[in-house]
Amino acid sequence: MQGYIYPNEFELQWGLLIVLYPYITGLVAGAFILASLERVFNVREVQPTYRLALLTALAFLLVAPLPLQAHLGHPERSYEIFMTPNKRSAMAMFGFVYAWYLTVVLLLEIWFDYRRDFVRWARESRGIRRWLYYGLTLGATDVSPRAVAFDESAGRWITVIGIPSAFLLHGYVGFIFGSIKANPWWSSVLMPVVFLFSAMVSGIALVLFLYMLTTMFRWRKIDMTCLEKLAQFLFYALVVDFSLEALDFIHRLYEAEESIQILAQMVENRLFLSLIVLQLLFGTLIPLGLLAVFSPGLRKGGFVRASAELKQLVFLTSAVLIQIGIFSIRWNVVIGGQLFSKSLRGLTVYKAQLLGIEGIGVTLALLALPFVILWVLVKIMPPWSDEPAETGSNAPEQPATA
Amino acid sequence: MSDAGMDRRAFVGDLVAACLAAGGPVLLGVVRMAEAQGTDPGAYDASEHYYGIGIDVAKCIGCARCVAACKIENDVPLEPTYFNTWIERYVLRTNGDVEVESPNGGLDGFPPIRREGEVLRTFFVPKLCNHCANPPCVQVCPVGATFITRDGVVLVDDSYCIGCRYCIQACPYGARYMHPEKHVADKCTFCYHRLVKGLVPACVEVCPTNARVFGEVEKRVTPLARFLRFNDIQVLKPNLNTQPKAYYANLDGEVR
Amino acid sequence: MPQQVPRLIAVFVIAIGTLVLARRFLVPETFGEFGHYRGAAVDSIAARPVKFAGRQACAPCHGSIDAQRLAGHHRDLACEICHGPAASHASAPLSGKPEIRRERALCLLCHAFDPSRPTGFPQVDSVTHNTRIPCMTCHAPHAPEPPVTPRECSACHGGIDRQKAVSHHATLRCTTCHDAPESHRQNPRAVLPTKPTDRAFCGGCHSGMPPGGLIPQVDLERHGQPYLCWQCHYPHFPEAGI
Repeated sequence: MQGYIYPNEFELQWGLLIVLYPYITGLVAGAFILASLERVFNVREVQPTYRLALLTALAFLLVAPLPLQAHLGHPERSYEIFMTPNKRSAMAMFGFVYAWYLTVVLLLEIWFDYRRDFVRWARESRGIRRWLYYGLTLGATDVSPRAVAFDESAGRWITVIGIPSAFLLHGYVGFIFGSIKANPWWSSVLMPVVFLFSAMVSGIALVLFLYMLTTMFRWRKIDMTCLEKLAQFLFYALVVDFSLEALDFIHRLYEAEESIQILAQMVENRLFLSLIVLQLLFGTLIPLGLLAVFSPGLRKGGFVRASAELKQLVFLTSAVLIQIGIFSIRWNVVIGGQLFSKSLRGLTVYKAQLLGIEGIGVTLALLALPFVILWVLVKIMPPWSDEPAETGSNAPEQPATA
Repeated sequence: MSDAGMDRRAFVGDLVAACLAAGGPVLLGVVRMAEAQGTDPGAYDASEHYYGIGIDVAKCIGCARCVAACKIENDVPLEPTYFNTWIERYVLRTNGDVEVESPNGGLDGFPPIRREGEVLRTFFVPKLCNHCANPPCVQVCPVGATFITRDGVVLVDDSYCIGCRYCIQACPYGARYMHPEKHVADKCTFCYHRLVKGLVPACVEVCPTNARVFGEVEKRVTPLARFLRFNDIQVLKPNLNTQPKAYYANLDGEVR
Repeated sequence: MPQQVPRLIAVFVIAIGTLVLARRFLVPETFGEFGHYRGAAVDSIAARPVKFAGRQACAPCHGSIDAQRLAGHHRDLACEICHGPAASHASAPLSGKPEIRRERALCLLCHAFDPSRPTGFPQVDSVTHNTRIPCMTCHAPHAPEPPVTPRECSACHGGIDRQKAVSHHATLRCTTCHDAPESHRQNPRAVLPTKPTDRAFCGGCHSGMPPGGLIPQVDLERHGQPYLCWQCHYPHFPEAGI
C-alpha cells in the first residue's frame, strides 16, 4: 500500500476469477465471429475451422458463468438474477444475454449444422450412443434434401442473428466495466469496443492454435491457405484492437483528468510487467510484427518467403503470445481498476492466493475445463470433414449457396 | 470545586424522589411504555420523511466516538477494513503536498504529524455513505438487493444479496464493504432501525461537538434545514451526479 | 412445415414455461411493493436492536445530573458518549449498568491537544497538564469548568503557545497584544479577547526605532501597503528575515 486508500478498500473485491470471466467470454465471441466468417461472408478458406470454432465457442461458453458463480458470496441465490432482474443493471442482463446466446444462437446453429450427422450417427451406432444421437436429433430425423436445405438456410439466418449477438455478449461485458463512473480506469465509452476487438483477436488466435494442434495430433496435413487466411484475419483484428487501445490511452493522457497522476503511477509501478511488458510488448507488438512480415495481411504471401513449417511456427508463436497478451488485458482491466483508491490518493496491492475458491488452482482448473469439454464434444460430434465414409458435411451446402 | 461524589448523591436523590412520587413499578412502566410507542410499526410513516445528514468539518475534533458507536450499534466487524463511517485526517503542506490518513478509521487516534515539511493546515473529515439520491450502487445491483427507501435511505437486503460486489465497485465513496461473515454487501443504514423509533443515528447521537446534524432534507424547520441555510454547502464528487445527501460545510477542496 | 420447427418450438416452450413457472414460486412475496426490492427487507432492517438509547432516555431517572449537564459546557454531549451504549439499561434499569470511566484517557479522547482540531476547542497538552491526576479531580465531568482561571492562556491555546514559544515573539506575553476579560475564561466562545486592529499597533515595535537592533524595522508608510501586517505575517510565528 502507498498513499491513502479508503479503509474499506483494503480488501480487493474482484480477483482472478473475474479476470477469467471476460477472458473466456472473449474467446467465445471471437471464436463465433470467426465461424460466421465462413458462413455469412463466404470466406471459403477458413471452412476447415468452421465446426471446430463452433464447438470451441460452446465449450468455453459453458464454462463462462462458472467463475462468476464461484466468486459470489451466496452462489445459491444466483437464480434471483433471472427472477428479479434489475433492468438498470448491466450485470442483471448477463443471465439473459447468456441464455439468448447459448440457446438461440450457439446451440441452434450447432444443432442445424449437425442434425443430419446426428441422424446418420444414430443409424450407424449401437447401444447407448445410438440413443444419445437419437436424443440429440430431438426426434427430427427427416434427412430429405428439402429438410437438409432447411437446416442450411436456418443455420445461415441464425448466424446472421448470431453476429450482433456475439457483439452484444462481449460488448456488454465491456459495458459492465465501462459504465462504472466511480472508477476512472474503467469508465470509458471505448471499453465495449475494445473488449469486442480484443475478443475477436483472442478467439481467432485460439481457433488457429486449436486447429494446428488438432490437425497435427490427427497426423493430417495442415491446410496452408486456411492457416494463412486465419493469420491474415488475426493480423487485421490485432491492428484494430491495437489502434483502439492506443486511442483510449492517448485520449486519457491528453484529457489528463483528475485521476491521471494516480493512474500513471499505477501503470509505472503496479502494472509495469502486465501492461507494458506482457500486454504491449509480448501480446501486441511482437505478434503484430511477426504477422505483418509472415502473414498475407499486408502483402500477398507475406514480405518474407518462408517455408510452410516456418510459417506454422511463427503463427503458432503469435497465437500463444496473443493469448498471454489478451489475458494480461483482462488482468489489467479487472485488477488494475482496483489497485488504486477511489480517493485517487493511493495504490494498493493484489496478492493472488494459490489455494481456495478464488485461488490460482481453481483458476487453472477453470481454464482447463473448456478443453476437457471440447475434447468430449469432439469425441461425440467430430468436427472433421475428412473422416472415412464422410459424405462431406459441406457438400449439401453447395446447392444452398448456389 | 465539585467532585464525582456529588453526582452519585444527586442520582440517589433522584431515585428516592421518583420512587416516593410514583413508586418503583410505575417508573419502570413509564420507560417500557415509551419504548413500546417507539417500536409500534403503525406509528412510523416512511412517506412523511426524507433524510439527509449535515457534516460541519470545522467542528470535527477527530475523537472517532462516531466510529466506535457505529461499530457497536450496527455490529460492524471490528477488523480495521470494515467501516460504515470513518474519520480521515488531512495534512496540507506548504509545498502543496496532501497527506491523508485514517488508521483503523480513526478509532485508535492518529499518529503525530510527521516533522519534515511545514504544515499549512490540518483538519479531520468524517466520512460515511452519502445516501445519494441518484445512487450508482442501486443502479448496478443485478437483483434489487440494494435499494433506496421511500424515506431516502440506501439499504442492503442481506437475505437477498447474492454477493457479487458490483455495488462496492460502483460506489465512488468507498462506503461499502463485503461483510466477512454474512458474505453480502454491507454499509451505513443511517441507523434505520433507530429512525423508525424516532431516534437519530448512533454517530449523530454521540458526536460531542454537533459536527453531525441529522434530519429532514425537505421540511423547513429541522436542524438539518437550518444547517443547510446557514452554511456554504458542498457535496463529495459532485461531478459524478450521484446527488449525495451527506452535506458538508467548511469542506476543503482537497477532500475527495 | 419442416419437421425441425415443431420440435424446436416444443423445446423452447418447455424452457420458457419452466422459467415463468419458477418465477411464480421463487419471486419473494413482497418484492416490488415499494420499488424494485423486497418490501419486507425494510421491516427486518427496522427491527434490528437498538444499542444506544439516546440522551432523552436518561433524564427521567437521572434528572438532576441531566440538569447539571444541560447547564454546563457539556450540554451538547450525549450521556452515552462517556458511559457507553445503555439501551439494555434503559429498558431494564436494574441490570446492565453502564460503565463509569474515570481515567484520563477518556477525557483526552476529545481534549488532548491535536493540531488538526479546530482552533478554540478546549485542549490540553496531556504531557504537561497535571499528569497522573484524574481529570475529574479538578473538572466535574457533568459540568466542567476551567479550574478557577488558567494562569496562562496555554491551557486552552496550547498550539498557539507552543508556536509562539519557539518564535521571535517568544518573550511577548499574550496580554501584550490581547486584552482577555476575566469572563472569557468562563465563557470562551461568547466573550472573546481583543485583537490588534491597525498597522500602527505593530509599528509600535517595528517602526520608528533605529535600524540594526534586534527588532526588525520597516517603513510603515511604504512597507506592504495596503495590507494589514497580519495579512502576511502570522503574529504567533512571524516569518524571520523580513
